[in-house]
Amino acid sequence: MSLANAWQSPAGLPDALHAEWTKLRTLPGTGWLLLTAAALTIAVSAALDAATTAAACPPGGCQSDPVKLSLTGVQAGQAIVVIIAVLAVSGEYSTGMIRVTLTAMPRRLTVLAAKAAVVAGPVLAVGAVAVLASVLAGRLILPGHGFTQAHGYASLSLGSGPMLRAACGSVLYLALIALLSLGIATAVRESAVAIGLVLGLLYLFPIVTDVVGNQHWQRHLEQVAPMTTGLSIQATVSLSDLPLTPWQGLGVLAAWAAGALIVGALVLRFRDA
Amino acid sequence: MTTMTPYRSTARNTRDGFGQLLHAEWTKFRTVRGWVIGMIIAVLVTAGIGIFVAAGGASPSCQAVNATGGQSGGCGGPTLTLGPGGEPVTDNFYFVRQPLAGNGSITVRVTSLTSLLPPARSELGTPPSRPGTVPWSKAGIIIGATSLSSPSAYAAMLVTGGNGVRMQWNYTGDTPGLPGAVSAASPRWLRLTRDGDTITGADSADGVHWTVVGVVRLAGLASTVQAGLFTASPTTPVSAVNIAGVTQGGGGETASTALFDRLSRTGAWPAGRWTGGYTEGDNAAEAQGIGGYRQAAGRITVTGQGDLAPAIPDQGQPGSSQPTIAIYLIGTFVGLIAVAVVATMFMTGEYRRGLIRTTLAASPRRDRVLAAKALVVGAVAFAAGLLGAAGAVIVGTHLADSRGSQVFPEPWPTELRMIVGTAALVAVVAVLTLAVATIVRRSVAAVTIIFAAIVLPFFLSAVATLPVGVADWLMRVTPAAAFALQQATPQYPQVQAYYAPVAGFYPLAPWVGFAVLCAWAALALLAAAYLLRRRDA
Repeated sequence: MSLANAWQSPAGLPDALHAEWTKLRTLPGTGWLLLTAAALTIAVSAALDAATTAAACPPGGCQSDPVKLSLTGVQAGQAIVVIIAVLAVSGEYSTGMIRVTLTAMPRRLTVLAAKAAVVAGPVLAVGAVAVLASVLAGRLILPGHGFTQAHGYASLSLGSGPMLRAACGSVLYLALIALLSLGIATAVRESAVAIGLVLGLLYLFPIVTDVVGNQHWQRHLEQVAPMTTGLSIQATVSLSDLPLTPWQGLGVLAAWAAGALIVGALVLRFRDA
Repeated sequence: MTTMTPYRSTARNTRDGFGQLLHAEWTKFRTVRGWVIGMIIAVLVTAGIGIFVAAGGASPSCQAVNATGGQSGGCGGPTLTLGPGGEPVTDNFYFVRQPLAGNGSITVRVTSLTSLLPPARSELGTPPSRPGTVPWSKAGIIIGATSLSSPSAYAAMLVTGGNGVRMQWNYTGDTPGLPGAVSAASPRWLRLTRDGDTITGADSADGVHWTVVGVVRLAGLASTVQAGLFTASPTTPVSAVNIAGVTQGGGGETASTALFDRLSRTGAWPAGRWTGGYTEGDNAAEAQGIGGYRQAAGRITVTGQGDLAPAIPDQGQPGSSQPTIAIYLIGTFVGLIAVAVVATMFMTGEYRRGLIRTTLAASPRRDRVLAAKALVVGAVAFAAGLLGAAGAVIVGTHLADSRGSQVFPEPWPTELRMIVGTAALVAVVAVLTLAVATIVRRSVAAVTIIFAAIVLPFFLSAVATLPVGVADWLMRVTPAAAFALQQATPQYPQVQAYYAPVAGFYPLAPWVGFAVLCAWAALALLAAAYLLRRRDA
């Protein structure tokens, strides 16, 4: 009876989620990588907090952004998130596990959706912890480095709207980076190539933008760059100087992630594994 | 009874030769389509990004200014001229002069050198008004500026605002004399003597006891040259923008005034009277009162601004310094990622497919296998880097010229060093990656390590705005130090500027920075050879 049942109902999304979660959970590296991502984010944030000293705000308004400063570590932590997401896919290809997976669950898009969910979930959780700890570190360290009320800076508090937006946005940012990496890794399969592509994509735009002299090009480049627009979610001062509003910026990154997932899905659907 | 002789191959035993090994590794590389494509992508992105940057070189307003023939280059800062050594120089200062025919000498006492700085927190272009010290303000005597319109051989003895007495010649030459600042209580005597092509500079604290500071030969000095008193006062550099986005003080124009007396001369001075003026004929500054000379009771007061020194790219505003050809090489880092991916797979691919066991069975001397692999991947990467860099610079320069954007000129040896240096950088990074991949045996780890060791420090120091101290440190100790090979303009101690990686100035000399990368690659290769020998494949 049970055999017949299994035959009639191919594995659905809950089964796929369970299977993917078991695979991710039981890999020895996953826990360590998540821990590293959190530790790196917090450590880099705290180190930069401690390395910066602020002077009093000029009358026109503060130029330096304690919120963004206290969340700088996200830029380091994202590299580990990229690794986690790429390994979740390319690990299956390098060991041939992918053939078992697709035999057990022939609906390939369901597999990809389940993978995206089980990678994004832990990244969201760990990202939340790391961002909270970074904000806490900023709150403890920054007042000792000139970011005081006397200098015109408010203390970091999640109660304030922009701060809350920056913190929540940073957690979402990390999850979107994971999805972007997952999509690219699904499309190219080879882990080295996937890592190279993701890192190149993230860092290409800011470096090129820095040297392009034409201001129109510069602005367009800034508007499509997945990393810099995504990180604009952390900005709380000089918002008018941003190429896009913070949420639009995160939307650009979401579009990149969606695009990568769609390409990954198409390739997975129509190519032999 | 006959004995059976075991079969012995008559083929010569040459399989173990290094040549064969190289050939085997080259065949492996050549026949994997993905790797060849990867290297081609490295060339295309390196050159392509450079060309893209050149195409987006000048903003339209800038092109408009250049098209209407704005003579000082609209966006490029001051007009640049080339000194006797071929390097761009700044040659505009207030000069009180007359011709000196044949040999002769000039001696003077300087009793004061004071400067005005731009007002604090000012807009660019406000005239200097705040008393202060300009470390490289210059006042003294000069012999040799034969033609005022184009820079030529010269030698000068001068006092500076913060660097004591110096003898300087031909823009780049600089030798220290008496230390300390000049004042009425401790004046400085300066003397220049011309004898044929040789000019001797001497200084003295009392006019009695003289010390020779330097003797220089200026090849091809005309028989009649300009000589006299001068004052120069360079613009102060813009200081850093730190990681929190705070601009720390702007730069601007300065002006300096020097007081001379006890002027004496020997030799033939046919004109008989002094003429004052900016060497570039800058009447606007003179009309503003910044620039001029007064003679009264044996004392001569000379006020001026400008500089006679090697030029560095204009740093008028933070983040907008004048581009050098280094910007065409910005694609190098993407090329490096592609090369690192290929070099990683060149090693980890062997482990993935178990080919490593065949390789090591065929050639049991494992360190030679590693050496052959390193040579093959290094040579291919060198070729890719050379093609990419040369394409970027050559096409980029043509494109920028045709679009009228002004790029800071470089002497051709510098350009050559930047191109060949980039190729060498890419080659050694490929070898380093191969070694790291041999050590960690996992693609993801190898690519990430190389990215964190080379691309990330470069990004943080040269693009993001880490504090200068941290950025300098990163560019000294990490393998990214080799990016110093792409430094376009040398760092001159006698020119005050914002010397930081973000402005294109690296803390190490080009080939020293490259040596740092080579040291990392050598260390990694040693560790890889050791592990490859000790570990099971």
